[in-house]
Amino acid sequence: MRPDFLRCERLPNIWCPGCGNGIVLRALLEAIDQLQLDPDKVVLVSGIGCSSRAPAYTAFDNVHTLHGRAIPVATGIKMANPDLTVIVVTGDGDGSAIGGNHLIHAARRDVDITVVVFNNYNYGMTGGQASPLTPSSSITTTTPNGNLDRPFDLVKLAAGAGATYVARSGIYFTKHLVDHLKKAIAHDGFSLVDAVAQCPTYFGRFNKKGSAGQMVTSQKDWMVLKSVAEKKTPEELVGKTIIGEFVKIERHSPASAAAPKEQA
Amino acid sequence: MPEKKTFKITHNRKWCKNCGICVAVCPKKVFEIDRSDRHAIVNPQDCIGCQMCVEHCPDFALIVVEVKNE
Repeated sequence: MRPDFLRCERLPNIWCPGCGNGIVLRALLEAIDQLQLDPDKVVLVSGIGCSSRAPAYTAFDNVHTLHGRAIPVATGIKMANPDLTVIVVTGDGDGSAIGGNHLIHAARRDVDITVVVFNNYNYGMTGGQASPLTPSSSITTTTPNGNLDRPFDLVKLAAGAGATYVARSGIYFTKHLVDHLKKAIAHDGFSLVDAVAQCPTYFGRFNKKGSAGQMVTSQKDWMVLKSVAEKKTPEELVGKTIIGEFVKIERHSPASAAAPKEQA
Repeated sequence: MPEKKTFKITHNRKWCKNCGICVAVCPKKVFEIDRSDRHAIVNPQDCIGCQMCVEHCPDFALIVVEVKNE
């Protein structure tokens, strides 16, 4: 990662000790560095939440928008100037609950933006409330006896809505995460990366997941690579999260559908 | 036999929040959270330069570079 990608006068960041957002941010900057993108042509757009503070620590142009409305703003930026690389930095609540409709419709329209979801399984900034991605029977501020609802599978949601690149990775597997962020940014079409991070202050403390270090290293135990998971039975995969690349298809853009007409 | 590589660990105390992630991910036990809950580099000579601590530091506080012996 190039040190000049960071806005050093803004650091140290406001995140709690042991927050996973910084690790995802580093992976994102590393991916941008490895792709050798022009820093002046990268725009980071974020909504509201812990994760959405991330663009403020980078030297790229960034827009901090309304809660959940990062994707519409990013769509507008991309339409106004298609040369830019537009990356949406969002959290699990911001992206899947408040901005959930924007997410599925951006995927349906196949806008050429990249959405990076910093998934820490709860609303960290407001005190650890349950988000749509909080696993069943997990304890949060609003579900003190365990979450009764089932969580979204963000990968299946995005794939069902028509996203052309969907991947999931965890912060323990930084090389894997950087690799999939690179593929997502380079992909032509709507791409989503579900980056599983940790919230030791709320989600970890309520659910007795241990210290920040234990939460990071325990990802080895409850995450399974997709290639490994395909060889296992469904019983062996209960309680495991599968990481890897789930969707990678050619873009179905309206421009290519219109092109033959012009020729005829 | 090739000479053992040496690495220089730079720790930015102003940015570090003593979260202990580097202690958990380091395969050589180079770091420690000391009695006053502060981050400490206890075995810098054991560092193998795997960059695990650098990649997992949420606060961008660690830099590990190889020292070239002339």
